[in-house]
Amino acid sequence: MANVVLIDAGGTNIGSVRYALQRLGVDAPLSSNADEIRAATHVILPGVGAAAPGMQRLRETGLVDVVRGLTQPVLGVCLGMQLLFEHSEESDTPCLGLIPASLQLFAKSDALRVPHMGWNSLQIQRASPLLAGIDAGAFAYFVHSYAASVGDYTLASYDYGGAFSAVVQRGNFYGAQFHPERSAAVGARLLENFIKL
Amino acid sequence: MLTRRIIPCLDVKDGKVVKGVRFRDHVEMGDIVDLAQRYRDEGADELVFYDITASPQGRSVDRDWVARVARVIDIPFCVAGGIRSVDDARAVLHAGADKVSVNSPALERPELVDELADAFGVQCVVVGVDSLRDDDGEWRVRQYTGDPTKTRALARGTLSWVEEVQVRGAGEIVLNCMGSDGVRHGYDIEQLRAVRTLCKVPLIASGGAGMVEHFRDVFRDADVDGALAASVFHSGAIAIPRLKTFLREEDIPVRP
Repeated sequence: MANVVLIDAGGTNIGSVRYALQRLGVDAPLSSNADEIRAATHVILPGVGAAAPGMQRLRETGLVDVVRGLTQPVLGVCLGMQLLFEHSEESDTPCLGLIPASLQLFAKSDALRVPHMGWNSLQIQRASPLLAGIDAGAFAYFVHSYAASVGDYTLASYDYGGAFSAVVQRGNFYGAQFHPERSAAVGARLLENFIKL
Repeated sequence: MLTRRIIPCLDVKDGKVVKGVRFRDHVEMGDIVDLAQRYRDEGADELVFYDITASPQGRSVDRDWVARVARVIDIPFCVAGGIRSVDDARAVLHAGADKVSVNSPALERPELVDELADAFGVQCVVVGVDSLRDDDGEWRVRQYTGDPTKTRALARGTLSWVEEVQVRGAGEIVLNCMGSDGVRHGYDIEQLRAVRTLCKVPLIASGGAGMVEHFRDVFRDADVDGALAASVFHSGAIAIPRLKTFLREEDIPVRP
């Protein structure tokens, strides 16, 4: 049985992610305790908000190196995914550096509202157990203003004035830019796949 | 491709969903979680809960129901009504809401929008704007529209308010066109188009939906990101699956 721990990174979606796991029969405690996090079989880094306070929170709780050193499957959600990258243009914030790329603000235009908010379709870039049962064209719920371009770490992408990373992976670190906890059956499947990794 | 959103709005009073003219003749429609689940199953893209208990009395209320909804619902939802401070918003967001919507309190104290955006990020902050065209042809905002005896007209023009709240940190704007609200003759395309040209964040149309064609028109002609409606969904006049099938046939991208 998976022993899933949610890192308390101060985001407002922690409750929602926890409820989503409960719907899958998994009761994941919220923790900022290094030992508890290291002992988990699966770790989720949720997060809604901004990159700088997100990193600040990880520093204050002494978790920056703890997260970097994790060897079990780790899933960053939304801001949690962004924090896995090297850098975010948002307040010029250095992040965890686990994925060698950076986040940029969407370029606003008449046709391109920012934040990118709503249900967008996924294109599969690389097969992965994390995406088992999620078909090309499946819809997921996004809400964010900063985006990661597509790279060799991209498992799935979406189109919003160009292709960007929707699901990423490097080693044991995974991330979803969309909100699986708010993406109906597609999101539930991604979480279910993650806890089976 | 980003799809256009269909958003049922549910009025909540004392933890129950009600319908009726606001502040009088409320008829209970049933349990909030059951109704939320029904709309989710029918393919709603998002839900808005308008807590009508809170605002007129100027107090925040027991919102245990937010957590009950969040436990069950796996689509995004927004809570409106009675959010006057960062603390009010935090309580609702931590209970599991994805967004908060502010209206009259933002008009009383526009800094509230900045404070919410700083605390939670712009993606959590929706500003609701109630707007009506005056005799001189200008659209102006209305305040305290929840209670007809308290509603008042402000000197503030709708377009300038829409510009200001974006600078302050609104991540989404819901424009409720009061002239068309409840009449079911269609959304106010003219006003929504005018606001659209100034609105660089997602814009949600509210007020006037009566037929499926009205949804097509507002997406096609006013280029809004979402369309909100209440009575046509609650009464069963429009079923969301049929609405979405129609929109797809009309080449409006919607989530199945």
